[in-house]
Amino acid sequence: MSLLGKLTLDAIPFHEPIIMVTMTVVAVLGLLVAGLVTKYKKWGVIWHDWITSIDHKRLGVMYIILALIMLFRGFADAIMMRLQLAMATGGASGYLPPEHYDQIFTAHGVIMIIFMAMPFMIGLMNIILPLQIGARDVAFPFLNNLSFWLTAGGAILINISLFFGEFAKTGWVAYPPLSELSFSPGVGVDYYIWALQISGLGTLLTSVNFLATVFKMRAPGMTLMKMPIFTWACTWANILIAASFPILTAVLAMLTLDRYLDFHFFTNELGGNAMMYINLFWAWGHPEVYILILPAFGIFSEVISTFAGKRLFGYKSMVYASGAISILGFIVWLHHFFTMGSSANVNAFFGVMTMVIAVPTGVKLFNWLFTMYRGRLRITVPVLWTLGFMVTFTIGGMTGVLLAIPGADYVLHNSLFLIAHFHNTIIGGAVFGYLAGFAFWFPKAMGFKLDESWGRRSFWCWLIGFFVAFMPLYVLGFLGMTRRLNHTNNPDWNIWLYIAAGGAVIIMFGILFQVVQLVVSFKNREQLDDTTGDPWNGHTLEWASASPPQYYNFAKIPHVDDIDAWTDMKEKGLAYKQEDSYSPIHMPKNTSAGVLMSAALTTFCFAMIWHIWWLAAFGLLGAIVVFIKRCYTSDIDYYVQPDEIVELETAHNTAATKEVNA
Amino acid sequence: MSTISAGLDTLNGAHGHVDAHDHEHHDTGGNTVFGFWLYLMTDCLLFASFFATYAVLFMNTAGGVSGKDIFELDFVAVETAALLLSSITFGFAMISAHGQKKAATLIWLLVTFAFGAVFIGMEVYEFHHLIAHGNGPQQSAFLTSFFSLVGLHGLHVTAGLIWMTVLMIEVVRRGLNPQTVTRLSCLSLFWHFLDVVWICVFTVVYLMGAM
Repeated sequence: MSLLGKLTLDAIPFHEPIIMVTMTVVAVLGLLVAGLVTKYKKWGVIWHDWITSIDHKRLGVMYIILALIMLFRGFADAIMMRLQLAMATGGASGYLPPEHYDQIFTAHGVIMIIFMAMPFMIGLMNIILPLQIGARDVAFPFLNNLSFWLTAGGAILINISLFFGEFAKTGWVAYPPLSELSFSPGVGVDYYIWALQISGLGTLLTSVNFLATVFKMRAPGMTLMKMPIFTWACTWANILIAASFPILTAVLAMLTLDRYLDFHFFTNELGGNAMMYINLFWAWGHPEVYILILPAFGIFSEVISTFAGKRLFGYKSMVYASGAISILGFIVWLHHFFTMGSSANVNAFFGVMTMVIAVPTGVKLFNWLFTMYRGRLRITVPVLWTLGFMVTFTIGGMTGVLLAIPGADYVLHNSLFLIAHFHNTIIGGAVFGYLAGFAFWFPKAMGFKLDESWGRRSFWCWLIGFFVAFMPLYVLGFLGMTRRLNHTNNPDWNIWLYIAAGGAVIIMFGILFQVVQLVVSFKNREQLDDTTGDPWNGHTLEWASASPPQYYNFAKIPHVDDIDAWTDMKEKGLAYKQEDSYSPIHMPKNTSAGVLMSAALTTFCFAMIWHIWWLAAFGLLGAIVVFIKRCYTSDIDYYVQPDEIVELETAHNTAATKEVNA
Repeated sequence: MSTISAGLDTLNGAHGHVDAHDHEHHDTGGNTVFGFWLYLMTDCLLFASFFATYAVLFMNTAGGVSGKDIFELDFVAVETAALLLSSITFGFAMISAHGQKKAATLIWLLVTFAFGAVFIGMEVYEFHHLIAHGNGPQQSAFLTSFFSLVGLHGLHVTAGLIWMTVLMIEVVRRGLNPQTVTRLSCLSLFWHFLDVVWICVFTVVYLMGAM
């Protein structure tokens, strides 16, 4: 056994030109960024104000930056697959060999779910949730920083796999026995396991953190049924995370034991049962899709009521519908494998439960429609995303109900119909929701609004691109095409594969225009400046703070009397009120413990992947030592003095009052 | 079990607000215990997954030994007694801690640690014994799931012992200030939780397996 375990120079795929070019581009870009940061002497700022920050707003911004970077990576995978499938027809082999193609579709799934959607959702929650409940930070600010860096550690691992070794070729679900050592002897599955494990730990800690925040730190007067709807949606999602991610941890640990210590949980031999993996995986995996979608529903609710200028229709039914979806989400997992061959009664139960979910979801759709009814809807970019979602998601929901019929599923299982269905719900539901939230809350986080025209262009490209890219997949599913094919030889499919590739290109323009939107908005940030902190005439407390918010959020914690607390305060003339005096505010200090712990744990994971045992021990021990040291540190907080508060509050209140009166 | 009820109290007080405590130095004691209780619930689901897997796989002995052949109830009874007693002594430690009796707290923690160490020692012996007789986790799905479930619990107890050591040093160096008492409360929740899990392991794995 060498000192570097299985890691040798052969691990770098020199023979793959695509990967080598990517590696070069990433290296050049990385050096360029590092050079610029050095030139403008920003390393100190990045370290002190961002990397070690435990401010929930900054962590939220970092989560979203991570999500956007991973969106590019995941989308690059997507468009490569579509191009391959458009080229590799009629006996042609295309440009991606199977072993590379298999890694791409696995990476695409893992990245989009775990490293794009999750950080995007958690990022928005980080920025907004504490503000919405009138809190100064989350319950455990240090833990919040650690959670972010654990997620980032997972993302780093999955990107390293591109250049050192390989990624899993198993599909994003990594079913055994394929993912067992005997069939996947390389490091790909190990990258998969450890990247998911470390980021899953981060997500789990986030859920505990935000549940404690919501249950213990709401502003006085804010009973549970006066919480803003986005906070409620996130709370349900957090309950789901707390209840489902441990199952993922467990099942990955079992697969790890199978692969590393020759255990027999899921092997073909000696009594192992691969279906146990699949059951456990989806007992996590199905709640996971609701974890993604519920906060998006919350965003749509906030957006539609704000821009309709009305109170949300059916607030209570919205809360209960989310709860019903959360609970039902736990008793439908078997619909992912009706073909396992359970008895008809078992399949019928899970089929019916799946269809029942359409009821609370329908309740929500009608609530949004009734909120718009007789409102004066301002058609802004967040509203466009919401309207686009309502149409798209309804189609995705209906194809889901179709798939919930076990008999139909036997035909459509693992076909492109399924691929079309879940992209329809995840893009048309979750991603549209996050992008709506991005446009809606961008001024809150950054202090200036996003350019509307480029936002519209991006929206239309995404929407049209989505339909052009995915409607053909429904057809292909009916024509019998299954998922994860590397090349095809059926002339009837070709035209649909070409159209789908065209759709992916349209979506690419959607993403491109979002980048343009960011650049244009940054250039015009003076004109787009948000001086009031309340650019949309918002309803909830996040709009009571400045944009970007004062780092302590609220100089004086407001008293809440209404679901739409900020509307209520504006009506009562309590908005932008300068207090006679302010008390000192107790704040936590930034710390490097989170990033150091995560670095040590990421090292541990990397070493485990390559069987570098001494380094693994070193990494694990390092993380424990940093943690214990952090526990012994007493210099973790300070007080903001009233002078500073007065200065910041006066600036905000004066600017806002001036704007409002003008 | 006072700490468990303390944990429940924090739950019931979930409608309280930190606002009132604005000026206190870390009000966070209540939040910490509540947050830790939430974490324990997630841990509970981790165990539940391993229990479920054990329930599915325990009959898959692949022609090798089954629970009847390898479980020695007398041995496990002593092991169980050690862990249960350690829960009681941790209770005494917490009573002393709340009464600000530093020396008594430390003594009871030491006793708890000793019982915990006995438990872990016996478990390691049992594992070693099984492996030495050719019944290691690699032999069948039953043994895989048995070693993993019991071992997962053992890992938790080991972590608890390390944590206890760290806290004892902290109590020696800093005394029973609100922060150390909060941390002791969390460990106490953890310890009792592991006790409850062990009762399930004892029942589901050993009793039902040996019957």
